[in-house]
Amino acid sequence: MKINDVILRTVVKGVIFIILTLGVYLFFSGHNAPGGGFIGGLVLGSGLVLLYITYDLETVHKKMPFDFKKVAGLGVLLATGSAIGSIFFDAPFLSQTDTYFTFPILGEKHLTTVTVFEAGVALTVIGTLVTIILSISEDE
Amino acid sequence: MTIDIAIILTPFIMAALIPIFYRRLRKNMIGWVVLIIPVSLFLLLTTYIPRVAKGEVYSHTYEWIPSFNLNFTTYIDGLSLIFSLLITGVGSLVILYSIFYLSVKESLHHFYCYLLLFMGAMLGVVFSDNLMVLYAFWELTSVSSFLLIAFWHHRKASRAGARKSMTITVSGGVAMLVGFLMLYAMSGTFSIREIINNIDVISGHVLFIPALLLVLFGAFTKSAQFPFHIWLPDAMEAPTPVSSYLHSATMVKAGIYLVARFTPIFGGEMVWFWTITGVGLITLFWGSFNAVRQVDLKAILAYSTVSQLGLIMSLLGLGSVAVYLGYSTETVMYTQATFAALFHLINHSTFKGALFMMVGIVDHEIGTRDIRRLGGLMAILPFTFTIAIIGCFSMAGLPPFNGFLSKEMFFTAVLNITELNIFSIHNIGLLIPIVAWVASVFTFVYCLIIVSKTFLGSMKPDIVEKNPHEAPFGMLLPPFILIGLVITIFFFPNLLGEYILKPAMLSVYPTFPSAEEMTPHISAWHRINTELLMTLGVVVLGIILYRFLKYWSKIYRLFPKQWTLNAIYEKVITSSENISESITKRYMSGHLTHYFVYIYVSFVAIVAGTFIALDAFEWNPTNDAVIENYELILVFVMIFAAVAILFAKSRITTVLLNGVLGYSVAFFFVIFRAPDLALTQLVVESVTTALYLICFKFLAELKPERSTKRVKISNGLISVFVGATVTLIGLTVVNYDKFKSISSYFEDSYNLAGGKNIVNTILGDFRAFDTMLEVVVLFIAGLGVFALIKLKAKKGDVDIEN
Repeated sequence: MKINDVILRTVVKGVIFIILTLGVYLFFSGHNAPGGGFIGGLVLGSGLVLLYITYDLETVHKKMPFDFKKVAGLGVLLATGSAIGSIFFDAPFLSQTDTYFTFPILGEKHLTTVTVFEAGVALTVIGTLVTIILSISEDE
Repeated sequence: MTIDIAIILTPFIMAALIPIFYRRLRKNMIGWVVLIIPVSLFLLLTTYIPRVAKGEVYSHTYEWIPSFNLNFTTYIDGLSLIFSLLITGVGSLVILYSIFYLSVKESLHHFYCYLLLFMGAMLGVVFSDNLMVLYAFWELTSVSSFLLIAFWHHRKASRAGARKSMTITVSGGVAMLVGFLMLYAMSGTFSIREIINNIDVISGHVLFIPALLLVLFGAFTKSAQFPFHIWLPDAMEAPTPVSSYLHSATMVKAGIYLVARFTPIFGGEMVWFWTITGVGLITLFWGSFNAVRQVDLKAILAYSTVSQLGLIMSLLGLGSVAVYLGYSTETVMYTQATFAALFHLINHSTFKGALFMMVGIVDHEIGTRDIRRLGGLMAILPFTFTIAIIGCFSMAGLPPFNGFLSKEMFFTAVLNITELNIFSIHNIGLLIPIVAWVASVFTFVYCLIIVSKTFLGSMKPDIVEKNPHEAPFGMLLPPFILIGLVITIFFFPNLLGEYILKPAMLSVYPTFPSAEEMTPHISAWHRINTELLMTLGVVVLGIILYRFLKYWSKIYRLFPKQWTLNAIYEKVITSSENISESITKRYMSGHLTHYFVYIYVSFVAIVAGTFIALDAFEWNPTNDAVIENYELILVFVMIFAAVAILFAKSRITTVLLNGVLGYSVAFFFVIFRAPDLALTQLVVESVTTALYLICFKFLAELKPERSTKRVKISNGLISVFVGATVTLIGLTVVNYDKFKSISSYFEDSYNLAGGKNIVNTILGDFRAFDTMLEVVVLFIAGLGVFALIKLKAKKGDVDIEN
């Protein structure tokens, strides 16, 4: 029996952009406002799960040929790597630093190394979330 | 980033890079690329020799977790330099040897990765001044040794040997950790040098002797001392280059390093003297005695390594009396034992490394290491025979090889000690030199066995058929370099003494004023003295014993089979497995309800118990905000949903009701102005629901629970207690003042951590350690789920678990 899910598919097509944009926004806003790597990663991951639920695995996989285990692995590498990185600057393990830069178009922006760490967190969350849900749903 | 940290880290970085680049290389090239690391490190370390010989030390502290006193402090002095030179020097030769020894069909990238991991860990052990960092590297050497022993993991014996070595060395390591923590409790520092400086403060402490014994336990298990030596012969299942590197030249010497390093701290104690000297001598005797009965060449070498480690260990024990006696012109002569220990340590690495490589060549070319099937190889393997004869004669203590010099010094040390009148040495009297001498006789016998049974006599017909030939040049070069050293050191021992051993003596005896006095002039010929006569006796009696081996070897059958140390070890392991299995089976019933009972009962007992014991429950509603009506509504919604779950008939209802609970909590977060938490809660709730939906087809129908009234009542009581505990603690923490509040950090988050969102400054800065490790745990959990589902045996597949 084929389930008629036209409404779901149509809605998701529009909503997914909002969700993914929100995820990215939350990731970057996390420094001084609500958000951050964990929440950003969760929102992005749940957006991806929504895609997988609405469309089938093959369709999504064709457009996004990522191995999410590797995404999670990259995340762990970024998080631990940014922690180890401080060794090379003679600062204690896990030290972070920040500074203000003025960009041509964007204006003055606050840049921190914690973003790399947070990106690691986000990628791990996305990768693990999708890996778990995909492997359970693919199980016979 | 200084050069000393770089030395430790380079092998690790290379080990991490191998999996990335190995596919692009031809398989026989991996070894050559890896070889660059130890060779360049060795050359770099040799540049330290003249500077360290002048008495300079190099130390650099890199703050790791300063709040816990954990600093990555490297310390290069004479003692660590000796070991680091051995690690990188023998390491280079072993890697060169492995290139020719291992077939390209093996998974070489794993092999070199583990080998580099070991090299880095070992360098970390000898260069670390911080006890905790030293401990971490120490265990890492056990882990990499485990991986290397089990390199041919399809063999059952390899896996068993790996497990045995891991069990024994790691249990010693854990004991050592406890010893280190005791030292920290006494001295308040993890730095070895600071402990040495404050030795007066801690030497009278109650924990001093327990700490001493625990540290020794770690050292003895690692250095295969009696009765923990049983792992070393089994570790011979590893590929021969590994045995030559880890299990004779470096890793097993870590225990010796530890004893030498801690001599300034514990050396003045009688327990230290007797334990090390006694255990060392027993190991020396037992190892050489047992080596004679072995038929596998590698097993002979394993027992001989055990015995030689015992020799070095006992010398360190003898040398420690100098610490007890303190500095004076008469006591300096007792430091000679330590000098001999360090000297023999280097000599042993040279000749034993060469001998292991020799056995590797025999095994590689002939296909067996069983001396009953070997013989007459002198004609076909002339170069290998040269290696064997020089290595064995050096080990037996004959001139003109370096083993002669250190063995003479060993005899001098055991003779000197009998003249002392402390620690009730006079009661034992001549026993120390006698044991040493008897063990040397057996050493001579097994050296003769190795040479004659392998290379002399007539060749067995099945070997002749194979038409074997001499090993390739690359396999002969490393052992030839080593035996070259064996001879060179004999002729120029004082070069070694002056530049390498002298600075190390100062590390072992920091309170002694000059290293000059502690560095004896090594000479091959003294005059006819007791030591020389002892050596002559060893040779004469050794030859006699070898001639009549088959008559007296019956004594080995006198030992009952069920009382060997191996049998006892097996018994302990199997019985502990059985006991733990029966205990685990008793509470692991397979019912989720039971597990929840365990979790909740221990939760209530521990948390509520602590609060009751400390009388910490406190509820003071005067400062609370007014409860609004909409908050009450939410509370009632939650109560309704929670109670309704109990009566739900289908799973979908329970999932939805659970969702109601989750989303209401999110509402509470919104009301109480915690947008971060609310967002997280909402997303987590949605994802959980999605997960439930996916899992639905796997879940069984809900069935009404059939349980007795007693169980129902007790479960009900437990849930009431859990709820009460959580509620009471929630009400109490508002007024809790037993700990200092940490909110000042969060209020000042912008200055301290550069962010205004305090939730994220906690996650990314204040508690970044937690976050980092949580990320790792999350990743591991994800991989675990993936592996459980994807890699499970298909229907009809054979269960491959073993």
